[in-house]
Amino acid sequence: MAPFAGYDMPISYPTGAVEEHLITRRSVGLFDIDHMGQIEVSGPGANEFVSATVSAKILDMKDRDARYSLLLDEQGLVLDDLFVYRLPGRWWIVVNASNREADYAWFKRRAPAGVKVVDHSEATYMIAVQGPRALELLDLVSGGAVSVLPRFTSGDISIRGIPVLFGRTGYTGEDGGELFFPAERALELWELLLAEGERRGIETKAIGLAARDSLRFEAGMPLHGHEISPAINALEAGFKWACDFEKDFVGRSALEKIQAEGPRRRLVGIEVTGGVPREGYELRSEAGAPIGQCVAGMFCPTVRKYAANAFVLPEFAKAGTRLKVVIHGNPKDAVVVKRPLYVPAYRR
Amino acid sequence: MTIDKNARYRTSHEYARREGASIVTGISDHAQDSLGDIVFVELPAVGKVLKQGEAFGVVESVKAASDLYMPLSGTITEVNAALQGDPALINKDPYGAGWMIKFAPANAAEWDGLLDAAAYEKEAGKE
Repeated sequence: MAPFAGYDMPISYPTGAVEEHLITRRSVGLFDIDHMGQIEVSGPGANEFVSATVSAKILDMKDRDARYSLLLDEQGLVLDDLFVYRLPGRWWIVVNASNREADYAWFKRRAPAGVKVVDHSEATYMIAVQGPRALELLDLVSGGAVSVLPRFTSGDISIRGIPVLFGRTGYTGEDGGELFFPAERALELWELLLAEGERRGIETKAIGLAARDSLRFEAGMPLHGHEISPAINALEAGFKWACDFEKDFVGRSALEKIQAEGPRRRLVGIEVTGGVPREGYELRSEAGAPIGQCVAGMFCPTVRKYAANAFVLPEFAKAGTRLKVVIHGNPKDAVVVKRPLYVPAYRR
Repeated sequence: MTIDKNARYRTSHEYARREGASIVTGISDHAQDSLGDIVFVELPAVGKVLKQGEAFGVVESVKAASDLYMPLSGTITEVNAALQGDPALINKDPYGAGWMIKFAPANAAEWDGLLDAAAYEKEAGKE
């Protein structure tokens, strides 16, 4: 167990981190992600307010759509990354645990009169169900209510009498979904899903933080505090695609300036031979000059590679560039590779 | 926790087991269990001369890197090449297929300073 943003979170369950990762890729992983926060924005002017506050294009979303976005400050630095759900008459915004209070204050402070901002995190539990058989399992307990919903949409469903907001989203590179429901039903729903998996012969296991990290890493998804943070701007992290320059949003003018000048560093993926790269490790050019630092690194169980994400000087960002990463004092061979290492199942 | 009764141990959890004139070393079952899934191991070159307590390699689990220490002084005679492709052997069979190095001890008297199985079991049990 490890303390995480005020929660005690298992790094891994007795299954073990590598096996948990592989189970999620081959069957179903259950993720207890109650630490994630949920902020609701509603009232007259809510649409324009949310659009001006988050980076992504959202006004074209239909009711029930879900979309990834960043929350930027005026310098274009990344305060958080979000999943924004458009629900009938309201916006449901999923935020990271460590940023929940700051995000809530950020929305609240900027909200014009009439717009309501409510933090639902305490009353709402959140479980992610991910993997190639996740929808099959969820269909069995919801009367077939989930597989009919397209990727990046949501629906109100009932799982054995528990009212659930289901989003066909997730952060592992597998299909599946994220479940929002009343916190007092958490244990009941968790055990019900494990039991149904067992009964139907659908391998279903609890997945800890370590495998959650390796799954999202392989699939090329950022983790706040690593690939993105309040010290990293959206462009150098490669998130132009999550910023809608056709609209006005917080951070836009700063990003336009950065764009014009060209980012000073870029996020790249590297593969390493001869060691495990980790956060904080230094990168050097083949000539030995310091050129950047790893922000996350690990063994990737599906692709069976040692890999890292790192910020490097732009001239070293091209795929195929040979670098060195300093592991325990020794420079080891590394090469810049295309991200993601694992193409998400729903994009293939 | 399983203990190899024929081995002796360092408090840093490496074991040493006599095989003829050689010593076989790896990490204990207790150590592999505490580390969790092992994903990489770096081992010395054959022929390397190392003193007791000197680092002979590094073992990396999912979350952390740990140095490995020589239980006795000696010259490396063999390393377990199978660990490069399958470091999880250390988790599965730490005293058998998960062995790490074999070496020719330089000072046999150092053996007597290591913990025997009963003393190590007591030591590991405190953690």
